[in-house]
Parts: sequence; C-alpha cells; structure tokens
Amino acid sequence: MSTENIQQNLKEYVTALIGGQLFGMPILRVQDVFFPERVTRVPLAPPEIAGVLNLRGRIVTLIDMRRCLGLERREDDLPPMAIGVELGAESYGLLIDSVGEVLKLDDGAREPNPINLDPRLARVCVGIHRLEWQLLMVVDVDRVLDIGDKAIAA
Amino acid sequence: MDDLLREFVTETNESLDMVDVELVRFEQEPNNAKILDNVFRLVHTIKGTCGFIGLPRLEALAHAAETLMGKFRDGLPASSEAVTLVLATIDRIKAILDSLEHDQREPEGNDEDLIVELQRMVERIAPSAAQHTVGTLAPQTLERPLRPGEVSLDDLERAFRETEVEVPAKPATTAPADASAQDDDGGKTASQSIRVTVDTLEQLMTMVSELVLTRNQLLEIVRRHEDSEFKTPLQRLSNVTAELQEGVMKTRMQPIGNAWQKLPRIVRDLSNELGKQIDLEMHGADTELDRQVLDLIKDPLTHMVRNSADHGLETPQERRTAGKPGRGRIRLSAYHEGGHIVIQIADDGRGLNTERIKAKAIAQRLATEDEVEKLSEAQIHKFIFVPSFSTAAQITNVSGRGVGMDVVRNNIDQIGGSIDVKSVAGAGLNFTIKIPLTLAIVAALIVESGGERFAVPQLSVVELVRTRSGGEHCIEKLKDTTVLRLRDKLLPLAHLGHLLGAEQAGDVENGFVVVTQVGSQTFGIVVDGVFHTEEIVVKPLSSKLRHIALFSGNTILGDGSVIMIIDPNGVAHAFGSTVTSQMTAEGAEAKHVVDDEQTTSLLVFRAGSAEPKAVPLALITRLEEIDARKIELSNGRHMVQYRGHLMPLVSLSDKVRMKDEGAQPLLVFSDGSRSMALVVDEIVDIVEDHLDIQVASDNPGVLGSAVIKGQATEIIDVGHFLPLAFEDWFRRKEQTARRRPRSVLLIDDSPFFRNMLAPVLQAAGYDVTAAASAHEALTLLHEGRAFDVAITDIEMPEMDGFAFAEAVRGDPRTANLPVIALSSVVSAEAVERGRRAGFYDYVAKFDRQGLIAALKEHTDVTRAA
Repeated sequence: MSTENIQQNLKEYVTALIGGQLFGMPILRVQDVFFPERVTRVPLAPPEIAGVLNLRGRIVTLIDMRRCLGLERREDDLPPMAIGVELGAESYGLLIDSVGEVLKLDDGAREPNPINLDPRLARVCVGIHRLEWQLLMVVDVDRVLDIGDKAIAA
Repeated sequence: MDDLLREFVTETNESLDMVDVELVRFEQEPNNAKILDNVFRLVHTIKGTCGFIGLPRLEALAHAAETLMGKFRDGLPASSEAVTLVLATIDRIKAILDSLEHDQREPEGNDEDLIVELQRMVERIAPSAAQHTVGTLAPQTLERPLRPGEVSLDDLERAFRETEVEVPAKPATTAPADASAQDDDGGKTASQSIRVTVDTLEQLMTMVSELVLTRNQLLEIVRRHEDSEFKTPLQRLSNVTAELQEGVMKTRMQPIGNAWQKLPRIVRDLSNELGKQIDLEMHGADTELDRQVLDLIKDPLTHMVRNSADHGLETPQERRTAGKPGRGRIRLSAYHEGGHIVIQIADDGRGLNTERIKAKAIAQRLATEDEVEKLSEAQIHKFIFVPSFSTAAQITNVSGRGVGMDVVRNNIDQIGGSIDVKSVAGAGLNFTIKIPLTLAIVAALIVESGGERFAVPQLSVVELVRTRSGGEHCIEKLKDTTVLRLRDKLLPLAHLGHLLGAEQAGDVENGFVVVTQVGSQTFGIVVDGVFHTEEIVVKPLSSKLRHIALFSGNTILGDGSVIMIIDPNGVAHAFGSTVTSQMTAEGAEAKHVVDDEQTTSLLVFRAGSAEPKAVPLALITRLEEIDARKIELSNGRHMVQYRGHLMPLVSLSDKVRMKDEGAQPLLVFSDGSRSMALVVDEIVDIVEDHLDIQVASDNPGVLGSAVIKGQATEIIDVGHFLPLAFEDWFRRKEQTARRRPRSVLLIDDSPFFRNMLAPVLQAAGYDVTAAASAHEALTLLHEGRAFDVAITDIEMPEMDGFAFAEAVRGDPRTANLPVIALSSVVSAEAVERGRRAGFYDYVAKFDRQGLIAALKEHTDVTRAA
C-alpha cells in the first residue's frame, strides 16, 4: 500500500471505554453522546436491551454493550453514558462506561481480529488498531444492533 | 384547476419520481421481486387514476408500460434496453403531466412510437408469444392459459388501436374547468389550506412534547416556592401549552371522508364503462383518522371499491335473474371500535367464487389438493391476499392483474392493521379493515405493576375494582388460578406481574383489578396501583421489542418518561392458554409467554390397572375411538385400517385387554408418514399441570411417577413404544421381502458424508451408488439406471435437494422414485417445504436409525406397489 493511499484512508472514530477495553465507533454513525436518564426497563425484552428512554421527544432503545460483549456487570456507581446511533428510522443508545476522544486512524493499519478472540467480541468487531498505549477494537454498529434480533430468534 | 386534477398531477408526479428511482434500483438488482412489485404497483395506480379521470393518452402509455413490466414480474429478464424504454415512457408521461398542469388538458400528440416499441419489447422478451404475431392481424391464441399479470395479445392489439382514436379531447367538459381554474389560481384556495409535510408536523409534535416536559419541570419548581411571582405567568404558559399540544395533535387528524372523495366519481365512471348500475353509500365519513394512516389506506380503499364494482357486482340482467334488484350497492362505513378504527367495504354482488380460488391456489402451488380440501371456505377466501393472486378470468382495464388485494394487504400490514373477508356466494362480499391504535391518540389508564408504569387503553377497560382481603371484593384461588367474585360472576384474573415475568408477585390480595373486555371475553388484570388517565400518543415499538405480544406500543408521558402500552389482546391470548385450556390456533402464539409457568398439557388415561397414567398431550397426534370389530390380526399382530394404511396397535402392557366389541380408545402417534396406536382402557381427562417427575422408573416404557391433579400418576415414555412398534413390524416384513439388495442413490455434495453414509447403508444391506451433485444424480437417472430409493442432501450448491426432488417428480420416468431428504436442519417449516417438493420423508443427517427406518419403509412401499 502506498503512502498516498494511507493518506486517503484516514477514518475517524469516537472512542469508548467498556469494561476497561477501548472501542472505536465510526464517527459517521454516531448521532450524539448522552447521559441516559429515566430509563424504563422493558419486561420480557431480550437481555441485551437495557430499556427505553425519551431523548428530546424520541424514544430511544438502550443496548447494554456489556451484555452484548459478554462482559461482567458494572460495579462502580459512576453514571453510564450512551452513544446515540440510528438504524433506519429508529434511534438506539449504546450503553458504555465512558466516552473518550475522537481519533483519526489509518484504515490500512487496521488488523483483522485475532482468531482466538471471544466470539461475542468477534461478532461485533471488525478489526483492531494498535495504538501506542493500548489496543482499540473497531465496532460495527450494525452488527451490534443485530444482536437483539438474534436473541429473539434463539 | 379542477381539484381532482390538481391532486392527480401532484400525486402522479410523486409516484413517477419513485418509479424512476425504483426502476433504476431494479435494473441493478433484477432478482429483487419486491422492487419490481413496487414499480408495478405504482404504474398500475397511475394507469387506474388516468382511466377514471379521462386521460386516454396517459392511460394507454401506462398500460403498455405495465404490460412490459408484467413480463418482468413473470420472471422474464429485464434487459437494460427494456428498462430504458420504460424510463423513456415515464419521461413522456411526465411531459404530458407538465402540459396537463398548465393547460388542464392532455396535449395534442401521439405516443404510438413508444407504445409500438413497448409492445415489440414485450414480444421480444416473450419469444413463445412473438412467433404468432409476425405479420398477422387475425385473432391470436396462446397455447397456454394466461398467467396473472399477462395480457392476451388481443387485448394488447385493442389497446394499441384504441390509442389512435383518442386525440379529440372532450371540449365540453374541459372548458368550464378552465374557467374555474382561472378563478382558483388567483390564490383564493391557496390561502385557505396549505400542504404541510407530515415530517413538519412530526417535528412540531416533538417540540411540543419538549415544551410540555419543560413546563412540568417549571411547575415542580414553583410548587416548592410558595408565593412565587412566577405563579401567574406560569399558569398561563401552562394553559397555552396544553392548547398548543391539542392543536398540534388535531392537525394530524383528518376525517376519513377525505379518502373517499374520489370514490363517487370512480364508481360513476365505472358504472358507465361496465354497463352496471351502482349505488355508493358512505357512512361515518367524519370518523377521524391519523393523517399518515389515511394516506396509507387511500389507495387500498380505491382498489377495493373498483374490485367490487368490476368483479363483485353483476350486470343488471344477471342481478334480476338472481332475484336481486337491478341496482347494485357498494357500502362503505367507518367507525371507532374497541381501540380500533374499523372500515368496512361491502357489496351485494355475487361474492367470491370459492371453487375458482381453490383451483387457482392449486394451480399456483400455494397448496395441494389435499390441503385445500381440508380448508374451510373462509380460509380459502384468504388466498386472495397472496401476491399475484387474481381470479379475474378476463383482464380488464379496471382490475384483474393480480395487484389488487396484495397491495391492499401490504398497505394495511404496514400500519399494523388487519383485513378480513367474508363472502356469501350470491349475496355479496364484505371486507373489514381494522387499524389499531398505532399512530393515533388514545386515552389510556396508567397503572403500576412491579414498580413500573404501564398504559392500558381506556377503550377496553370496563371498570376498576379495588380488592382487599376480607373486603367486599376479594380475590379467591381455585387451585393455581385466581378469580374475582364480582357481583354474581366469577371473573378470571391475570396478574400483570406474572405475565411480565416478575419473579415474585406483589401483594395479590390488596390490589386493583382492571376489568377488561376484548371481544366477547371479559377478564381482570391485577395491578399494584392505578394512577390516572392520560391522552397518549401511541408510538410504535422498536423493532427489537415488537415480538413481545403483551405490548402494542410505547408512549411518552407528560412527565417525559417512556412507558409500555399493554395490548389487551395479548393479555387475552396469554389467558387462553394458562387459565382455560382452550387451545385455539391463535392461542398457541401466546404459548411462549406461558412457558415460564412450566405447566404441561397432559392426557390422563387408564390402561391395565386402576392407577392413572399420563402422557404429554403434545406428543399425541390424535385420540381415536374405533370399533373393536375393525381390529384385525395380521402376521401375529393387531392392526387396524386407518386412513388407508395399516396401523399397528401396541398394548401398554400385557394387562391391557383388547376389547372384543364396542369402542376401543386409542392414542395415535404419528411420526412422518408412520402412525402407531397405543391401546388404552379409558381416556380420563386432559389436564394442565406441572410435569415434575418425582420418582424415576426402571420399568421400560415408564418415565416415572408424578403428581398430577393430586394423584400419583405414571408418566408413559412414548419413545419406548414407538420404535417397539416399528422395529418389530419391519423385522417381520423384512423376512419376506429380502430377496435382492435394494439399490440406493445417495446424493451429497460433501465427500465426508458420502463416505460416512455409504458404508452405513451397505451394512444395512443396500446397494449404494453415490453422486456428488444433483446434476450427476439426474444424469444417472436419465441414463436409465434404476434405483429403489434416492437419498439427497438438502443444502447443495447449484441445485439443492428441493429442486432435485421437484425435477424427479416432474419427469414421468422417475416420478415414482421415492426421494428421502437428508438434512442437518429439521424444522417443521423445512419438512413442510420438503413435503411440497415431493419428498417421501425427511430425516436428520445424523439420525442413522431414522434413515434406515425410512429406507426400509419406502423401499418396501415401492416393492409392494
């Protein structure tokens, strides 16, 4: 791959910490970042769905990223944050621990998932960036939102 | 300008833009039938509207384009040339529309060039038809019946000729229209109403909700500070906000009469065109509907009225011969009912032709003859909603291209509504469309259960009862079910917390019962608390939550929180299977909700001893009582002739005596095409109870003992008796049948399975020939190789097992070869599909014994035949 290509392949990610791991969501998919308040739990809903809430007049479905990724429940009392994304006409919020910064990363340097990656992570991640201080997993938002349907089918 | 014409131009322009986009998409994805259906539908609508508004040029163009697209829909390839041609036609239609907008009339001119090209294209892509059209003007015949969406060549020819004489437009009617148009265009009408997009209203609505939320917060703050100077202005702000909210909500509502505006003219024109006398009655035109809903049902309603006029109503003579008044009647009515808006379209015509629908359903392979015979009339009538299903023998300009009813259903499905048809032969047809609350504004009762709030639509709430232990109304228990003694009736109760899967129920004794009525069913929903009623805007559930039958939607309350709306129908369904054991087909859907309860339907019977025995009802195919004299002894075994087959009878134990006379009760078990029956002394009851086997058994055929309805009951292991019946049976047959090794054709694309299965089959005494693909197998068969049976994998590249079975069935040389499907996926759906494709049996890939059993059965069947 030539250097010019690298120049063109810069992609921007909003980073998020979930269970100590750094994840990156393509910035083009991110609508907003908010503190979810007054979340209504939905009985009988798939376990990945943390609830619904009203965000400026829209009903947003919250997805519990820890549940999706097979991580432990959160133990600290810090308020969770959510990254707002849209799928079709529907709004979703991905529950994360905290939001980081916006990073510009060269897509050419993205490496495939290691083969021994936990399948729940492998399903939603489309590759890994080696940052100086840690690894960043690139999240495919559509795959994350696919999980609710899978749970229904099961 | 004529209002009708103006609306037509606006709508058609919108539709055409969509056609453009969709066509281009279709060109890229020629296999996407959905896009094509959309395009076809849009063009069909344009054609239809042109027809009644009196625009022959546009109609002829749209008709020719539709015919070409009908060919695509029949599966003929859509070349880019053909698509370009259709696009060119659309451009022409747009040009005509433009001048229509300026001059209020179609421009002079001729579209023969395009129409001829379109027809030529139709002939070119349908080669079989083309051969007969070259150089002849004589009436042409097609050697096969017309498929839906096709037009006979004669019709095409006619349409073609008619286009030439359309040029003189009706000057008498257009002139006054022109005059009035000049007045209108002065701007008078424009000032009275404007077109606002629904999006704008949506946005307004959202902002008002935000405003309400902010107001509520302010009110909360002021409440804490007594004597605040903000109090008075805030009160005014509050009132204004409420009015604003109401006003914005109102903007979305429109009387259904708006959707009916076009109908009288359509009916009048149709009655002229068809030589029928038709009265159109409209009731409840002021019933208000959400604007979005209204838009979606407009076209379906038009289609249905046209259908009624065209197919439903007879000609005056036919009507008089049938003893009916010469004038036909189409009646439209709309009203609110139980949280739904109900729209009925009824005519007093000939009704649906059940026989023809049957024949058509079979011809289109929607069902087999056997299946159709088992269906009720009402079920058969439902076939009219299947895409491309049209029974009109003659394709007319009015309807009958198979777009009608599937479009209707599609649109209604989109808004979560339902459509039902009732037809009485000779007396008429009645469509009932029910549109649920979604999108509408309803009053709801806000209740609490397990700490969460829920909305119950007020329309289905009959009354509220407060219960207290020892009080006037108290909840009583009948075993595990709870009832409320209300006046002189017992009301079955469902605990909302239980239905929603709460681990521990709240205080059952002290709560509120929301007495709810759904259809004819009345029941109580037990909740922990009741708050107030509130006007709510129903918002559709997220697609990830839509499968939960208990909720019909969600809403944002005045205080800004989101709550779920309880669907009383969903509760009623959950009821049907928990409290009563009325297992209707619909009730079965709610079953998964009940699974938490862990109860099983059990059939309790006696056999051989006085102690009750039980078996899960789900395992039993049928309960039969046969005349004991019909039991035959053959080959040392008891058999009975059952549905054209010999069915072996198995006794649970030696103690069970086969009766000599009278009725012998049997439990029939079927597995695929095999059936066996267990002989019992007496069928006692069907009960719903927890199946908790407490004492396991070493006794073969008995799983163990459980307490069922307070009595120790033996649970029978059906799995023990099933193979017992068959192994035994086969062994006997085998002794006489084994002469030459039977030959098996094994088809599997995976060498692993070929290598694994071939030895297994050889060991079982079969002569195995393996083929690596369906094509290879077909070649072998066509070369004249004879096999007793073929076993095929389902998932194969190029040609799958279903296609293979169909090919085998379709060829007279091989039609009698039994084909057994071998698949790693054994779902009821796949088995059903397999049965339709012509498989004799469907066996799981790793079920070696099942495979050998199936082989034995089918090779013996062919041997016997």
